[in-house]
Amino acid sequence: MFPTAIQKAPPAVAWGYRISLPIALIIWLLPLAAVMLTSMRSLSDITQGNYWGLPTEWQILENYTTVFTATPMGLYLMNSVIVTLPTVAITVAISAMAGFALAKYNFPGSVLLFAMFIAGNFIPFQILMIPVRDLMVQLGMYDTYWSLILFHIAFQTGFCTLFMRNFIQALPHELIEAARVEGATEIEVFWHVVMPLVRPACAALAVLVFTFIWNDYFWALVLVQSDEVRPVTVGLAALRGQWVASWQLISAGSLVAALPPVIMFFAMQRHFIAGLTLGATKG
Amino acid sequence: MSAQADPIELRGRGSYWYRNQTKIAPFLFLAPAFFMFLLFVVNPILQSIWVSFHEWDGLGDKVWVGLANYVELFDDELFYVALWNNVIWLALFMLSPVIGLAIALYLNQKVWGIRLVKSLFFFPFVISQVVVGLVFAWFYDPSFGLLSEITTLFGGDPIPVLSDERYVTYGIVIAGLWPQTAYCMILYLTGLNNLNGEVIEAARIDNAKGWSMLYHIILPQLRPATFIAVVVTVIGALRSFDLVAIMTAGGPFGSSTVLAYYMYEQSLFNYRMGYGAAVATILFLIMDVYIAFFLYRMLKQESRSG
Repeated sequence: MFPTAIQKAPPAVAWGYRISLPIALIIWLLPLAAVMLTSMRSLSDITQGNYWGLPTEWQILENYTTVFTATPMGLYLMNSVIVTLPTVAITVAISAMAGFALAKYNFPGSVLLFAMFIAGNFIPFQILMIPVRDLMVQLGMYDTYWSLILFHIAFQTGFCTLFMRNFIQALPHELIEAARVEGATEIEVFWHVVMPLVRPACAALAVLVFTFIWNDYFWALVLVQSDEVRPVTVGLAALRGQWVASWQLISAGSLVAALPPVIMFFAMQRHFIAGLTLGATKG
Repeated sequence: MSAQADPIELRGRGSYWYRNQTKIAPFLFLAPAFFMFLLFVVNPILQSIWVSFHEWDGLGDKVWVGLANYVELFDDELFYVALWNNVIWLALFMLSPVIGLAIALYLNQKVWGIRLVKSLFFFPFVISQVVVGLVFAWFYDPSFGLLSEITTLFGGDPIPVLSDERYVTYGIVIAGLWPQTAYCMILYLTGLNNLNGEVIEAARIDNAKGWSMLYHIILPQLRPATFIAVVVTVIGALRSFDLVAIMTAGGPFGSSTVLAYYMYEQSLFNYRMGYGAAVATILFLIMDVYIAFFLYRMLKQESRSG
């Protein structure tokens, strides 16, 4: 273990370390803590300039209710859910298939295809913006859920295929051979042999892709424009324009928008980190 | 794509499918991903490059102008501002692997509650950049932001970070460093978890410690984590868009714009699709250097292990 375990240090240092942890944490999360406190303030606190102290009166329920009653925040949240969930499911499914094909079959061009998926994953969004927007207009999907769902599926497939391919490649080849010898078709091999083994990878990808798509701002800005389909990121940015001085509502709205990925992260932390770092232990 | 679709045809031992399935199957499995990728990623790249040789308002006919958009870029002051700001982003973003490593070393202990502390440190990466941007815009606000409270506390004048051309980009980059550092930290924490204990113990017996231990023993073992951290940081710096859009919309007077935002602005606000596409193409070419580097490393690794 590096650095040396703090328990081996003199007691004063060890205790100093323990005490420093919460202090460091508070400093690190200070901006967020301020937002959290402000989401519970009253408007009079804000007009009097009490932004950083404790609220003089706590208006937790009022502020959060106002966010949902006075603004389309509920609708935006719903839109984000409608866009995100099918995208996650379909992306994981098709990239598991593609990852299997790239990992366990030899065919001409497989390395090239793999390279294409890796490279595609790093390109700047702006090089896609004009044609993708144009294509969605032509398909009649501009300003509908479909434009976001289809695009996100396509784009996230790059990263997910890379991930799945590496994961599946590490599976023992003998398992697949054994199934083939027993007469299983390739589709059965995929479904009954590979799929049960890649479930952890699917979970990791699902939480990661959920977060990426939920937090997407650029495509939500470019591919949709009406409130009926706007996801929460763009909705929140639009609301800021309307509530210029009502920081307590903007704060509450921000927290509501940030909550789903945070819950996801805490619920599936192990999978989440495995997803983010698999590349690090492999690359 | 269900296995039960047509049992007789699929299972018939003499059928075409049965005899050739190991050749056909990979293409079936790849088809949906490949088709989606081709339609929404590969093809648009080529189209964007094509559009960059045209004058186009997004609605009417495209007019071929050859390299005129690129020639104009070389005389466009804002293009240089955007390019320079991307350089600043890139340079300062390189702090995040360093700070990330420092925080990871700090947190790599086994004390009560450390798991929760690690998760909370990772927090900024999970929340949307829109929220990060709002939070920091607020933090910098000259009339009530925490920053101005602190500067006035020490007798200084409030600094209007986001409306001062000299500071604005740095202000946004610092906001971007927050989640990026959290990401690098988690990469290094995982790397530290997988260190080879025997090598470290052996080095300790040889009296290695502190900096020399870190430099000679630990960092070489962390190289895979460093590689990924640098790659995602470079990509993050060049992709920067959300924070600029949220915090300043490129202002004041375009001084905080970056290539990604400038492209968006030119295309959708000024209806200059061709010009915007040219900016995007330049950004794409810059990014290609890193993509090529990453691919080279990745595929070299591959051929060594495979």
